[in-house]
Amino acid sequence: MSTAAHVLVLAGAVLMLLAGVGVLRLPDVLARLQAGTKAASLALACLFAGAALLELSWDAAVKLLLAMLFVFATAPVAGHVIGRAVIQARVPLWKDTWVDEAAPELAEDEEDAAGGADGGGGGDGGGGGEPVSGGAGGGAGAAGGADRGGAEDAAAGRPPGFRA
Amino acid sequence: MSAVDVALLVLAAGFVAALVRVIIGPTVADRAVAADVCFYTVVAALALLSVRLQAPALLDAVLVATTLGFVATISLARLVRRKK
Repeated sequence: MSTAAHVLVLAGAVLMLLAGVGVLRLPDVLARLQAGTKAASLALACLFAGAALLELSWDAAVKLLLAMLFVFATAPVAGHVIGRAVIQARVPLWKDTWVDEAAPELAEDEEDAAGGADGGGGGDGGGGGEPVSGGAGGGAGAAGGADRGGAEDAAAGRPPGFRA
Repeated sequence: MSAVDVALLVLAAGFVAALVRVIIGPTVADRAVAADVCFYTVVAALALLSVRLQAPALLDAVLVATTLGFVATISLARLVRRKK
Protein backbone atom coordinates (compact mmCIF):
# COMPACT_ATOMS: atom_id res chain seq x y z
CA MET A 1 0.00 0.00 0.00
CA SER A 2 2.72 2.39 0.97
CA THR A 3 4.73 1.53 -2.13
CA ALA A 4 1.77 2.22 -4.36
CA ALA A 5 1.21 5.54 -2.63
CA HIS A 6 4.82 6.55 -3.12
CA VAL A 7 4.72 5.58 -6.77
CA LEU A 8 1.55 7.61 -7.26
CA VAL A 9 3.02 10.63 -5.53
CA LEU A 10 6.22 10.50 -7.55
CA ALA A 11 4.33 9.97 -10.82
CA GLY A 12 2.13 12.95 -10.05
CA ALA A 13 5.12 15.13 -9.28
CA VAL A 14 6.87 14.12 -12.50
CA LEU A 15 3.70 14.81 -14.49
CA MET A 16 3.45 18.24 -12.92
CA LEU A 17 7.07 18.85 -13.82
CA LEU A 18 6.23 17.85 -17.40
CA ALA A 19 3.37 20.33 -17.40
CA GLY A 20 5.71 23.07 -16.28
CA VAL A 21 8.36 22.17 -18.85
CA GLY A 22 5.69 21.97 -21.56
CA VAL A 23 4.38 25.40 -20.66
CA LEU A 24 7.93 26.68 -20.83
CA ARG A 25 9.05 24.99 -24.03
CA LEU A 26 6.08 24.65 -26.38
CA PRO A 27 5.91 27.26 -29.13
CA ASP A 28 2.33 28.47 -29.02
CA VAL A 29 -0.31 29.60 -26.57
CA LEU A 30 -2.69 26.81 -27.56
CA ALA A 31 0.04 24.17 -27.32
CA ARG A 32 1.03 25.49 -23.92
CA LEU A 33 -2.60 25.41 -22.88
CA GLN A 34 -2.83 21.79 -23.93
CA ALA A 35 0.22 20.85 -21.86
CA GLY A 36 -0.83 22.89 -18.88
CA THR A 37 -4.41 21.73 -18.65
CA LYS A 38 -4.26 18.01 -19.29
CA ALA A 39 -0.93 17.11 -17.71
CA ALA A 40 -1.75 19.16 -14.64
CA SER A 41 -5.13 17.45 -14.25
CA LEU A 42 -3.62 14.00 -14.38
CA ALA A 43 -0.80 15.07 -12.06
CA LEU A 44 -3.26 16.34 -9.50
CA ALA A 45 -5.28 13.13 -9.73
CA CYS A 46 -2.17 11.01 -9.09
CA LEU A 47 -0.95 13.25 -6.29
CA PHE A 48 -4.29 13.37 -4.53
CA ALA A 49 -4.70 9.59 -4.76
CA GLY A 50 -1.20 9.09 -3.38
CA ALA A 51 -1.77 11.56 -0.58
CA ALA A 52 -5.05 9.87 0.35
CA LEU A 53 -3.27 6.51 0.52
CA LEU A 54 -0.55 8.01 2.69
CA GLU A 55 -2.91 9.74 5.10
CA LEU A 56 -5.04 6.63 5.62
CA SER A 57 -8.06 8.37 7.08
CA TRP A 58 -11.56 8.55 5.65
CA ASP A 59 -11.74 12.25 6.34
CA ALA A 60 -8.68 13.01 4.25
CA ALA A 61 -9.69 10.56 1.55
CA VAL A 62 -13.12 12.13 1.12
CA LYS A 63 -11.69 15.65 0.98
CA LEU A 64 -9.04 14.67 -1.54
CA LEU A 65 -11.57 12.79 -3.65
CA LEU A 66 -13.83 15.84 -3.68
CA ALA A 67 -10.94 18.06 -4.68
CA MET A 68 -10.00 15.63 -7.45
CA LEU A 69 -13.55 15.52 -8.81
CA PHE A 70 -13.68 19.29 -8.71
CA VAL A 71 -10.43 19.61 -10.60
CA PHE A 72 -11.67 17.16 -13.22
CA ALA A 73 -14.86 19.17 -13.60
CA THR A 74 -13.30 22.61 -13.76
CA ALA A 75 -9.91 22.23 -15.44
CA PRO A 76 -11.30 21.39 -18.91
CA VAL A 77 -13.82 24.21 -18.65
CA ALA A 78 -11.11 26.67 -17.65
CA GLY A 79 -8.88 25.51 -20.47
CA HIS A 80 -11.71 25.85 -22.96
CA VAL A 81 -12.53 29.35 -21.78
CA ILE A 82 -8.91 30.45 -22.06
CA GLY A 83 -8.58 28.85 -25.49
CA ARG A 84 -11.69 30.61 -26.75
CA ALA A 85 -10.44 33.90 -25.38
CA VAL A 86 -7.13 33.32 -27.16
CA ILE A 87 -8.90 32.70 -30.47
CA GLN A 88 -11.21 35.66 -30.11
CA ALA A 89 -8.42 37.98 -29.07
CA ARG A 90 -6.50 36.88 -32.21
CA VAL A 91 -3.36 36.02 -30.37
CA PRO A 92 -0.70 35.13 -32.96
CA LEU A 93 -0.34 31.39 -33.50
CA TRP A 94 2.79 29.42 -34.17
CA LYS A 95 4.36 30.18 -37.56
CA ASP A 96 4.22 26.53 -38.65
CA THR A 97 0.54 26.03 -37.86
CA TRP A 98 -1.02 23.96 -40.67
CA VAL A 99 -4.73 24.17 -40.18
CA ASP A 100 -6.41 27.02 -38.40
CA GLU A 101 -10.06 26.06 -38.31
CA ALA A 102 -11.03 29.24 -36.52
CA ALA A 103 -9.82 31.62 -39.23
CA PRO A 104 -12.89 31.41 -41.55
CA GLU A 105 -15.29 31.90 -38.66
CA LEU A 106 -13.31 34.87 -37.44
CA ALA A 107 -13.40 36.29 -40.96
CA GLU A 108 -17.18 35.81 -41.09
CA ASP A 109 -17.49 37.50 -37.73
CA GLU A 110 -15.59 40.46 -39.02
CA GLU A 111 -17.72 40.57 -42.16
CA ASP A 112 -20.81 40.65 -39.98
CA ALA A 113 -19.31 43.36 -37.86
CA ALA A 114 -18.29 45.46 -40.85
CA GLY A 115 -21.63 44.98 -42.60
CA GLY A 116 -19.95 43.13 -45.48
CA ALA A 117 -18.58 46.34 -46.91
CA ASP A 118 -15.25 45.28 -48.33
CA GLY A 119 -15.49 41.81 -49.78
CA GLY A 120 -12.81 42.04 -52.45
CA GLY A 121 -9.62 42.45 -50.60
CA GLY A 122 -6.22 41.88 -52.07
CA GLY A 123 -6.65 38.25 -53.05
CA ASP A 124 -2.95 37.49 -53.08
CA GLY A 125 -3.35 34.62 -50.67
CA GLY A 126 -2.05 32.01 -53.08
CA GLY A 127 1.69 31.85 -52.76
CA GLY A 128 3.03 34.80 -50.88
CA GLY A 129 5.96 34.19 -48.66
CA GLU A 130 4.02 32.15 -46.17
CA PRO A 131 5.15 28.64 -45.42
CA VAL A 132 1.69 27.39 -44.60
CA SER A 133 -0.59 28.53 -47.39
CA GLY A 134 1.95 27.23 -49.88
CA GLY A 135 2.19 23.89 -48.12
CA ALA A 136 -1.27 22.69 -49.13
CA GLY A 137 -1.01 19.68 -46.89
CA GLY A 138 -4.21 20.10 -44.95
CA GLY A 139 -6.70 18.87 -47.53
CA ALA A 140 -8.77 20.78 -50.05
CA GLY A 141 -11.47 22.17 -47.79
CA ALA A 142 -9.05 23.26 -45.15
CA ALA A 143 -6.82 24.85 -47.76
CA GLY A 144 -9.73 26.81 -49.23
CA GLY A 145 -10.68 28.06 -45.80
CA ALA A 146 -7.07 28.92 -45.15
CA ASP A 147 -6.83 31.01 -48.30
CA ARG A 148 -9.94 32.92 -47.45
CA GLY A 149 -8.66 33.50 -43.97
CA GLY A 150 -5.36 34.71 -45.33
CA ALA A 151 -6.98 37.18 -47.70
CA GLU A 152 -9.24 38.47 -44.98
CA ASP A 153 -6.20 38.60 -42.78
CA ALA A 154 -4.35 40.95 -45.05
CA ALA A 155 -7.47 43.07 -45.49
CA ALA A 156 -8.22 43.33 -41.82
CA GLY A 157 -4.67 44.09 -40.82
CA ARG A 158 -4.33 41.35 -38.26
CA PRO A 159 -1.01 40.89 -36.48
CA PRO A 160 1.56 39.09 -38.61
CA GLY A 161 1.85 35.43 -37.78
CA PHE A 162 -1.87 34.85 -37.51
CA ARG A 163 -2.09 32.58 -40.49
CA ALA A 164 -4.18 29.59 -41.41
CA MET B 1 14.55 11.56 2.33
CA SER B 2 11.21 10.03 1.61
CA ALA B 3 9.29 9.95 -1.62
CA VAL B 4 7.18 12.88 -0.48
CA ASP B 5 10.27 15.06 -0.10
CA VAL B 6 11.49 14.09 -3.55
CA ALA B 7 8.07 14.84 -4.99
CA LEU B 8 8.07 18.26 -3.34
CA LEU B 9 11.43 19.04 -4.91
CA VAL B 10 10.21 17.92 -8.34
CA LEU B 11 7.13 20.09 -7.91
CA ALA B 12 9.39 23.02 -7.10
CA ALA B 13 11.28 22.46 -10.34
CA GLY B 14 8.02 22.43 -12.31
CA PHE B 15 6.91 25.58 -10.52
CA VAL B 16 10.11 27.35 -11.50
CA ALA B 17 9.67 26.28 -15.15
CA ALA B 18 6.13 27.64 -15.27
CA LEU B 19 7.24 30.79 -13.44
CA VAL B 20 9.83 31.51 -16.12
CA ARG B 21 7.02 31.40 -18.67
CA VAL B 22 4.99 33.80 -16.52
CA ILE B 23 7.91 36.21 -16.59
CA ILE B 24 8.93 35.96 -20.24
CA GLY B 25 5.53 35.08 -21.75
CA PRO B 26 5.02 37.34 -24.77
CA THR B 27 1.26 37.71 -24.42
CA VAL B 28 -1.22 37.94 -21.59
CA ALA B 29 -2.60 34.54 -22.59
CA ASP B 30 0.79 32.89 -22.06
CA ARG B 31 0.98 34.37 -18.63
CA ALA B 32 -2.55 33.26 -17.80
CA VAL B 33 -1.84 29.66 -18.81
CA ALA B 34 1.46 29.57 -16.96
CA ALA B 35 -0.09 31.10 -13.85
CA ASP B 36 -2.72 28.39 -13.99
CA VAL B 37 -0.03 25.72 -13.97
CA CYS B 38 1.77 27.49 -11.11
CA PHE B 39 -1.46 27.46 -9.18
CA TYR B 40 -2.04 23.74 -9.74
CA THR B 41 1.52 23.10 -8.57
CA VAL B 42 0.87 24.98 -5.36
CA VAL B 43 -2.32 22.99 -4.77
CA ALA B 44 -0.41 19.75 -5.26
CA ALA B 45 2.31 20.93 -2.88
CA LEU B 46 -0.37 21.75 -0.29
CA ALA B 47 -1.71 18.21 -0.48
CA LEU B 48 1.79 16.78 -0.09
CA LEU B 49 2.61 19.14 2.78
CA SER B 50 -0.48 18.03 4.67
CA VAL B 51 0.96 14.52 4.53
CA ARG B 52 4.49 15.64 5.32
CA LEU B 53 3.62 17.91 8.25
CA GLN B 54 0.73 15.76 9.55
CA ALA B 55 -1.59 18.74 9.22
CA PRO B 56 -4.99 17.59 7.95
CA ALA B 57 -6.29 21.16 8.02
CA LEU B 58 -4.30 21.83 4.87
CA LEU B 59 -6.68 19.52 2.99
CA ASP B 60 -9.45 22.05 3.55
CA ALA B 61 -7.16 24.62 2.00
CA VAL B 62 -6.73 22.32 -1.00
CA LEU B 63 -10.49 22.02 -1.37
CA VAL B 64 -11.00 25.79 -1.24
CA ALA B 65 -8.04 26.48 -3.49
CA THR B 66 -9.40 24.38 -6.34
CA THR B 67 -12.59 26.45 -6.25
CA LEU B 68 -10.72 29.73 -6.13
CA GLY B 69 -8.40 28.66 -8.91
CA PHE B 70 -11.31 28.09 -11.25
CA VAL B 71 -12.67 31.57 -10.59
CA ALA B 72 -9.22 33.07 -11.05
CA THR B 73 -8.77 31.32 -14.38
CA ILE B 74 -12.12 32.52 -15.66
CA SER B 75 -11.30 36.10 -14.75
CA LEU B 76 -7.90 35.80 -16.41
CA ALA B 77 -9.65 34.58 -19.56
CA ARG B 78 -11.84 37.68 -19.49
CA LEU B 79 -8.68 39.74 -19.22
CA VAL B 80 -7.18 37.96 -22.24
CA ARG B 81 -10.31 38.60 -24.26
CA ARG B 82 -10.50 42.27 -23.41
CA LYS B 83 -6.85 42.80 -24.43
CA LYS B 84 -7.52 42.59 -28.13
